[in-house]
Amino acid sequence: MITLKINGKEHTVDTDPTMPLLWVIRDIIGFTGTKYGCGKGLCGACMVLMDGNAINSCQMPVSVVQGKELITIEGETENLQLLQKSWAELNVPQCGFCQSGQLITATALLNNNPNPSETDIDNNMIRNICRCGTYPRIKSAINHSVELKNKG
Amino acid sequence: MGSIKNISRRGFIKGIGLASGGLVIASSTSLLSSFTTTDIEVLEFNPNLFVQLNSDGSLILVASRSEMGQGIRTSLTSVIADEMEANWDKVIIKQATGDTKYGNQNTDGSRSIRTLYQKMRQMGATVKSVLITAAAKSWNVPESECKAENHFILHSSGKKIAFGDLVEIAKGLEVPKKVKLKSPKDFKYIGKTLPSKDVENLSNGSAIFGLDKRLPNMKFAAIKRCPVALGAVKSFDKTEILKINGVIDVIEVPSIIRPFGSLGGVAVIATNTWAAFKGRDALKVEWDYGKNKSYNSENFMNNITENIHKTGHVEKSIGSVDDAFKKTNKAIEATYQLPHLAHTPMEVPNAVAYAKGDTCEIWAPIQAPQAARREVAKLLNTDQANVTINVTFLGGGFGRKSKPDYIVEAAAVSKAINGPVQVVWSREDDIQHSYYHTVSAQYMKGGLDKNGNVNSWLHRFALPTIGSTFKPGSNLPQPWEAKSATDLPYDIPNMQVETCKADAHVRIGWLRSVINIPHSFAINSFADELAHEAGMDALEFRLNLIGDDRIQQTKDKYKYDTAKLKNVLKTAAKNAGWGKKLPKGHAIGLAVHYSFYSHVAAAVEVSIIDGKVKVHHVHMAIDCGTTINKDTVIAQMQGSVIFGMSLAFYGKITAKDGAIEQSNFHDYQMIRMPNAPEIHVDIIKSNNKPTGVGEPGVPVIAPALVNAIFKATGKRYRSLPLSDHGLV
Ligand code: FES
Ligand code: FES
Repeated sequence: MITLKINGKEHTVDTDPTMPLLWVIRDIIGFTGTKYGCGKGLCGACMVLMDGNAINSCQMPVSVVQGKELITIEGETENLQLLQKSWAELNVPQCGFCQSGQLITATALLNNNPNPSETDIDNNMIRNICRCGTYPRIKSAINHSVELKNKG
Repeated sequence: MGSIKNISRRGFIKGIGLASGGLVIASSTSLLSSFTTTDIEVLEFNPNLFVQLNSDGSLILVASRSEMGQGIRTSLTSVIADEMEANWDKVIIKQATGDTKYGNQNTDGSRSIRTLYQKMRQMGATVKSVLITAAAKSWNVPESECKAENHFILHSSGKKIAFGDLVEIAKGLEVPKKVKLKSPKDFKYIGKTLPSKDVENLSNGSAIFGLDKRLPNMKFAAIKRCPVALGAVKSFDKTEILKINGVIDVIEVPSIIRPFGSLGGVAVIATNTWAAFKGRDALKVEWDYGKNKSYNSENFMNNITENIHKTGHVEKSIGSVDDAFKKTNKAIEATYQLPHLAHTPMEVPNAVAYAKGDTCEIWAPIQAPQAARREVAKLLNTDQANVTINVTFLGGGFGRKSKPDYIVEAAAVSKAINGPVQVVWSREDDIQHSYYHTVSAQYMKGGLDKNGNVNSWLHRFALPTIGSTFKPGSNLPQPWEAKSATDLPYDIPNMQVETCKADAHVRIGWLRSVINIPHSFAINSFADELAHEAGMDALEFRLNLIGDDRIQQTKDKYKYDTAKLKNVLKTAAKNAGWGKKLPKGHAIGLAVHYSFYSHVAAAVEVSIIDGKVKVHHVHMAIDCGTTINKDTVIAQMQGSVIFGMSLAFYGKITAKDGAIEQSNFHDYQMIRMPNAPEIHVDIIKSNNKPTGVGEPGVPVIAPALVNAIFKATGKRYRSLPLSDHGLV
């Protein structure tokens, strides 16, 4: 039995300890906002927050994340909600499939760096692919969130 | 919901007099419950879209095309809402299932708005007209004193009544045969930026893509397919696989040789996706590789390149290129080579199927829900009426999801295991078993007279045709696959387009902007090469080449307009600062192309930093007729730039011994944020009919990019991707 803390709630699952967190979240627990895009740590679609940092859940055996504070796209943290607001305001998503991962990576960025430079944004968001090409809007929406925050 | 069935729908809808319009006015306040199968059955005269106004004022508008990021759900329905004078906040969008009663639902060819715009306007105007009649009746005043505004009917005296309150009266009314459409200057939503109805769900994880569909007791399946296209299973051993934790069964999936049939293979069925993948990866299968085993894409490129250096089948000829080349002052030649591409939508192909007896219900991300319905019905040997195709959100499509092969697989597995199942393609499956964008070789020869004018133009190309997917053995491009070469908008007295033979060894399919990718690459690169040879400014040379203002001579309803082509080209160049001083080492390249009935140009500004190309700015100019949702057009242009850059930088699928060599995003790379340039979009104002938006931005990117690199470095790159040349 493995106990996970996701979005502030405990979930106990009886599963192979080597199963990647991604599939435990999606197929066992049933939160489908976290996406599969490559399964190899290459695309960022599967990002979740672990103790505030963005991790590729497809690369993380579930046993390793026991006891950690996990937050998925369905969860609540100040920066995530703020970013989601900017996402809507700037109409960021096209197909939307990559956006859970994009938002989680951006949340971790703001968690660790409240005033990121353009290069900081690039260096963090490089982990996420958007096949629809929403990068310009993602960048604007991150900057917009920072502005909102700094305005108080 | 009883009320729908209680009204005589047939007479009512007939009265609309629209071949493809539909209208329901219902009195219930229960919204979505009204969309049960029985109710939809009543609406059999409703081909395309329909409107349901409820007495609480909520307005359900059905989107018949699939949403894959192009914003179609919002733009389609906003057109109805505009003509109807509806309040956008009251609109609820309902996705249509796959059914011919909605008219054509194929979401491809950048044609949803182009083909449905007028019908939707009429639909909205018709509903509005009925509501005005209803209000006038209830007030006992002439209709001419009433008008619709923001979900109300207003009377000149100042009194008003909400749309929802008119439902009861409207139900019994005759519907006008003719309605007046709004004047474009009165548009409220059309041409403006309207927020997407789906943006919140797409940002909080709640939107349901195919991959997210869950059913009670649903199993997960991964399929091992033959590494060589259209090979077949000889034998397999499942003993070890069944021991894997979570694996339930291992079964053979039939190979169905039809354009949209299933490739066949062996499915591992499990309680979760990971176990299915694990079992599938461990499974050993003996294959009968078939005749495509010999496919080696490098040799193949050499073969087709040889072919284009011999005379081909003449698709179009004006004047005489042979005579012209004999007399010309200067002739130049160039050969362009482009590899196969894969679509790699962010969401891999997948489908949930639940086959029960004679019936089957599907949930899938699909651009072609009716083809899916047909194929599943054929597979299960049942009537199409027994098959329901629920269209989920698509995590990207780009043409991959126009082919329902993965849905056929899911239906086959569900039937075999007698329960609900989700078939999931891994990214490796997606890259290795796609319907590939064709590989191509193109030979160009151009003649210049003494004044630097182009007097002759020969374009000869070889590429495996999409026709081969439909008619195995086809090895010559179909006329439509030559169109973007034969429709050359240049004023050249002698021109010829020839096609040459090329066999297909993988499934060939359409990918965002299809044949325009190779043709625009060759035509725009070659025009730039000719400008250089003529010693002329590339913009001026190109404007001369396009020549006088004229409309294409064709039977086609839509024709290119050289004035528009020149206008978008000039606009993009001007916005990019063509002819102005640029930062040191920077250079701009241009391309212009007409496709999907839209005129598009790109000006790409690059520099070379440490031997690597850096794209700083891309200026796009598009004339797509009437714009429905401005922000959507901008988004599609932004997306096209990134898509075009991905293929120019990295796009290359190769095959060895029939098997695709790439497997995931490490060896089939995509543009990521640090490589994304600043993108500027200029939409030319127009009241003409709306034309394509989703695809026509793509074909201009790669050629504008290589033209810019040429200007910056003096080096001409005639093949892609640039990663092959050490430039990225
Ligand atoms: S699915 Fe985990 S990085 Fe792509
Ligand atoms: S929005 Fe479609 S992949 Fe990013």
